[in-house]
Amino acid sequence: MEDMYREVILDHYKNPRFNGELDPADITYQDDNPLCGDMIRIDLRIDDNNRVIECAFSGQGCAISQASASMLMEDIQGKSLEEIKDYTREDILDMLGIELGPVRLKCAMLSLKVLKVGAYGVQEWIED
Amino acid sequence: MTIRFDANEIKRDFPALQRMVNEDVPLVYLDTTATSQKPKKVLECLSYYYSNSNANVHRGIHTLAEEATAGYESARTKIGEFISAPSAKEIIYTRNTTEAINLVANSWGRANLRSGDRIVLTEMEHHSNLVPWQMLAASIGLEIDIIPVDDNGCLDLEVYEKHLDKNPKAVCVTHMSNVLGTLNPIKEMATQAHEHGAVIVVDAAQSVPHMPVDVQDLGVDFVAFSAHKMCGPTGVGVLWGRYELLDGMPPFLGGGDMIKRVYLRDFDTNELPYKFEAGTPAIGEAIAMGAAVDYLKGVGMENVWEHEQDIVSYAMERLEEIPGLTVYGPEAEKRGGVTAFTLDGVHPHDISQILDVDGIAVRAGHHCAMPLHERYSLVATARASFYLYNSYDDVDKLIKGLYKVKQVFG
Repeated sequence: MEDMYREVILDHYKNPRFNGELDPADITYQDDNPLCGDMIRIDLRIDDNNRVIECAFSGQGCAISQASASMLMEDIQGKSLEEIKDYTREDILDMLGIELGPVRLKCAMLSLKVLKVGAYGVQEWIED
Repeated sequence: MTIRFDANEIKRDFPALQRMVNEDVPLVYLDTTATSQKPKKVLECLSYYYSNSNANVHRGIHTLAEEATAGYESARTKIGEFISAPSAKEIIYTRNTTEAINLVANSWGRANLRSGDRIVLTEMEHHSNLVPWQMLAASIGLEIDIIPVDDNGCLDLEVYEKHLDKNPKAVCVTHMSNVLGTLNPIKEMATQAHEHGAVIVVDAAQSVPHMPVDVQDLGVDFVAFSAHKMCGPTGVGVLWGRYELLDGMPPFLGGGDMIKRVYLRDFDTNELPYKFEAGTPAIGEAIAMGAAVDYLKGVGMENVWEHEQDIVSYAMERLEEIPGLTVYGPEAEKRGGVTAFTLDGVHPHDISQILDVDGIAVRAGHHCAMPLHERYSLVATARASFYLYNSYDDVDKLIKGLYKVKQVFG
């Protein structure tokens, strides 16, 4: 559990990458987890080949939710929307490099949920 | 400060408080506001009941049924005495506080309120004393007036008076806030409500477990509380109501036990309290709630209250020493053993998670009081709450843990 606050996670939390908003953006979506008060907004700019050329996230919440958003933004640079569709829970957990219980899993997955619903309108998000 | 009893001595009565977390760290349980731990006597009572007397209550002739019924009814008497109810017939077993309030809203509310009537709620209510009334209001067309929380974390009683001038039919208020710890002046509020012809419904989930509560002295109409927050098991709670009110109300749930006689197309309602107890109740749990009452009476509710006052004063003093930490709600003298706080730059989830490494259990979130958090422009707080088994040492461990949180996020 001490691992949950690994240096890399705290670093992303304290110095988030790609933090802010894009105006204009091709895709903007936000969602929250009202139970704990985590909120994430993601803005994307995509090129003609549906590749992410710019991305940014903003929001508030716990270290896990904000760090996972920051890591995710780093990872999707230059990726196509098709590739983004294939991102799974495991990818996020690999980025974080930790194991999470059911409560904190929701914090970690919020950014991926926002990204997928925003990019693809994937409504059938697998919650757990 | 006066120490009426030794919290560490009390702690030995609670098996869960002996356990380790994260292999070898002793548990520091500071989440009683969510649910209390259970003393050995209550656990033994449950186990004894299910091992020896398990049978359905009422209408049984055999030995086990008689034992079960006697235990179930004698617990009712004990609980009635515990809150100074005039009669045990006014003690209605429910599943919990929430169900008790739903019972009042649906039975008393539907029988006595009409479209356009007003009810008064407060900004500091737990969702359990908001949502049942919101549902009723939407269903029959009630107007809702809200008593706001002032900057000191207390109800704005001037606004309450203004709401009363509009002649509401009901005032629904918590005795003690589960977030701010604020102890509301229920006795005065009840007198004022009655002067305006309103009925007063009190959520006592956080007061009955922690202080002497005398429903007659308070002069209220309905009081709801849960066993699991007062050393008892989950699954059982109580609605107390004034006899005349309960007697005039239609049943809430229909089924076995709540009837006197059933015909194919009709039924006659049973008398109090059975009228409101449809179906097989949580028998063992009700009996164990009686054991929890015995346990608390043994310690003495005055002693419990004084001890918690000492602990919460000390906790607030120590918490406020921590740079960047904000405690919400009134000064210690006006609150029970609850402290909700935030720490600059650290989300409450992270506070709770890091404290857990040292075995310290605090809750993080909105604590089922979203409108109250909104009032403070917060999405979440961390909450440490105290009970008879918490010591000064527990507070010291919390403070040490919070400095560690600051270090991690520094």
